[in-house]
Amino acid sequence: MNQFAIEINDLNKEYKNILAVKNINIKIAKGKVIGLLGPNGCGKSTTIGMLLGLIKPTSGYVIINGQDIETNRTNILGKMNFISPYIELPKKLTIEENLEVYGRMYGVKNLKLKINELIEKFDLTNFKKRKTGELSSGQKNRVSLAKALINDPDILLLDEPTASLDPDVADYVRGIIEDFASKNKTTILLASHNMNEVERLCDEVLMMKKGQIIDKGKISDLINRHGRKNLEEVFLKIARG
Amino acid sequence: MKFYRIYALFLRHFYLIKSSFPRILDLIYWPTIQIILWGFISKFFTMHSDFYNHTAGIILSAAILYDFLFRSSISFNMLFLEEIWSRNFTNLFIAPLKVSEIIAGLTATALIRTLIGMVPAILLAAPFFGVSLFNLGPSLILLFLSLYFFGITLGLLVVSGLLKYGPAFENVAWSSLFLLAPLGCIYYPLSILPDWLQVIAKTLPLVYIFEEVRSILLNNVVNYSNIMTALLLNLIYFSSAVFIFYNSFNEARKRGTLVNVGE
Repeated sequence: MNQFAIEINDLNKEYKNILAVKNINIKIAKGKVIGLLGPNGCGKSTTIGMLLGLIKPTSGYVIINGQDIETNRTNILGKMNFISPYIELPKKLTIEENLEVYGRMYGVKNLKLKINELIEKFDLTNFKKRKTGELSSGQKNRVSLAKALINDPDILLLDEPTASLDPDVADYVRGIIEDFASKNKTTILLASHNMNEVERLCDEVLMMKKGQIIDKGKISDLINRHGRKNLEEVFLKIARG
Repeated sequence: MKFYRIYALFLRHFYLIKSSFPRILDLIYWPTIQIILWGFISKFFTMHSDFYNHTAGIILSAAILYDFLFRSSISFNMLFLEEIWSRNFTNLFIAPLKVSEIIAGLTATALIRTLIGMVPAILLAAPFFGVSLFNLGPSLILLFLSLYFFGITLGLLVVSGLLKYGPAFENVAWSSLFLLAPLGCIYYPLSILPDWLQVIAKTLPLVYIFEEVRSILLNNVVNYSNIMTALLLNLIYFSSAVFIFYNSFNEARKRGTLVNVGE
């Protein structure tokens, strides 16, 4: 059995002669929570897009759970999920309706039970009949996260999952991610600009700059290696260096 | 009121329009198409003012059938545009949906959406205007099928454009059918077009469908060769549109436009 959830091999993406991602090679073991850090425009979103099969690499390939995303996209996506503050669920549908639609798309068994479980877990019981567009940004974020967990994904890609949330809701969401990862042995790739979040959730970190992975390792090792006090200082050193 | 603030608002839209060919095209071709369409209708009535005298309802029947085609196409486009407007677009493409399932889902939903709008209109035409589409007999089913598939074909082509060029292509979604209306010979026979346009018009299934509608209502004769030609052309266009949709999906993946769909 393949021990890696994600294998990225010699991955490149070029847009109109600009290399957005340059020769990335990554192997992420199953059940690990990995942070993907880097300044804006460094290629994080493009890399995540290629992992999801949304973007076709210029060269190189992505293997998810032993299968090539280019040839087994549908199978692979059935066991993956993704949230980003830049995508939303249909605003005119209620929370329950949205979860039902996506539950059916992912072929979730005992869907009603699963929806109720998620609604309870994310403290959405009082709003389940409300239209998603009428919710606060914190509530919307919880619904998006519920949708991302509807298929019990083996691999979860999180792009700034707590952006625009107040500290209390952000902490609550981090708690749920932490709990889900530890209980389900889910592989998580977390792109975030919140270093406290990364330190709390991630086993290891990949640092990107100008489309390349320029450093990687355990958080404590990175801090020691760069001679800094915390991850934020490491980030600043790399971003400005 | 400050001029510079009004000018700033103007600039916001001007920059958007000048950078988008579909938007410029949209501005130009609406008036052009209207003039061409009504020019041919006027010409026809000037030359053959007694043509429809004894056959009440041909115009209304043609209008209802054309609207069915229009609704089929717009429904298909609308379903896709809704995903862009609600920023749900990416969620769909990261779900385990095959491209063929997306096409099938949109096609089936578009039919239901079209029928919800059209059935009451069709039923109301009889008591209000004494016009019943059912006068077309059993061939009505084949005519509807042909119109539906042509509508879906146009919808697929517009959605392919949306995938490839982004939401700027939205304007084409609203007006794609009007571009073909003058050539479709909906309200007048093919013979009213200049010879060179007749050659182009004959490549469209619409000509055969609406010629057949007039033939049935005027002469009570069903010409199945017209119906079969329309269906065959639809099959060719629909297959081509599916191919183009797949191609646009792959292009969108290369360009990375499935990730960020904006203005």
